[in-house]
Amino acid sequence: MNFHVELEHQRNVLITRLKGELDHHTAELVRVQLDEAIQRGQINHVVLSLKELSFMDSSGLGVILGRYKLLKGKGGKMVVCDMNPAVRRLFELSGLFKIMNVYDSEHTALTGLEVVS
Amino acid sequence: MNDLSNKNQTNHMKLQFASRSENEAFARVTVAAFVSQLDPTMDELTDLKTVISEAVTNSIIHGYDNNPSGVVTISAEIVGEEVTIYVSDEGNGIEDLEMARQPLYTSKPDMERSGMGFTIMENFMDEFEVNSEPGAGTTIRMKKRIESKKALYN
Ligand SMILES: Nc1ncnc2c1ncn2[C@@H]1O[C@H](COP(=O)(O)OP(=O)(O)OP(=O)(O)O)[C@@H](O)[C@H]1O
Ligand SMILES: [Mg+2]
Repeated sequence: MNFHVELEHQRNVLITRLKGELDHHTAELVRVQLDEAIQRGQINHVVLSLKELSFMDSSGLGVILGRYKLLKGKGGKMVVCDMNPAVRRLFELSGLFKIMNVYDSEHTALTGLEVVS
Repeated sequence: MNDLSNKNQTNHMKLQFASRSENEAFARVTVAAFVSQLDPTMDELTDLKTVISEAVTNSIIHGYDNNPSGVVTISAEIVGEEVTIYVSDEGNGIEDLEMARQPLYTSKPDMERSGMGFTIMENFMDEFEVNSEPGAGTTIRMKKRIESKKALYN
């Protein structure tokens, strides 16, 4: 299916761009790729960039919440940026909006992380 | 039968497929294509795709415990401006429906489920109903009125 994870390192931050449709089938790819990068250990924080995410359901919420907890347990942070209105609605409905910092662009997300780290 | 006006238009479809996760995308695209004859908005299509994805995923992971030999059935019916969708499996069924429908409840927290599927279906559709029998299977019935795009421009 049409789904792709793009990873970019910027110092101790991993920018993760999700592209295409994130569901139960493709969530596994996000989990494996992010966990591998987090376990390797050079990163403290993750910016999840959702500009090109065209579809997401509760499986996406689950994998995002799972990575958030994993990073938090290691003293890191996960922030989200550039979400479309449909994804935003799922974040609001599930309460993820309240626990994660949400920014409107990768730039403001990176700036936000610098302030808190 | 001779009345072709939008109000009394009826149509239906039925789709059956193996309980494999790669069929989730196929299912939501197919239902969206069927409903597109009502000329839905992009937001309405996204809502429909999301609830199909939720119901089909539930059948696969909860109904059939990820066993690909199960069968998921979707049927949809259009009457006038309303679409009714049934998603069913012949899997494990649900013991305690009231508990299952609570927001954030999941029986599989170890699998990183968020427990939001039923809440999403309930919120995105006008009507939502679950029928389930332990050991026999589960059927979801959902209904939504489609505000045709044309209506928005009038
Ligand atoms: N088709 C089904 N067959 C058997 N049990 C089901 C079925 N659908 C839902 N359930 C039960 O109802 C619970 C709640 O479902 P719901 O979709 O709300 O959450 P979830 O699937 O656990 O998590 P999420 O949807 O957020 O990934 C499930 O954990 C499961 O125990
Ligand atoms: Mg679910």
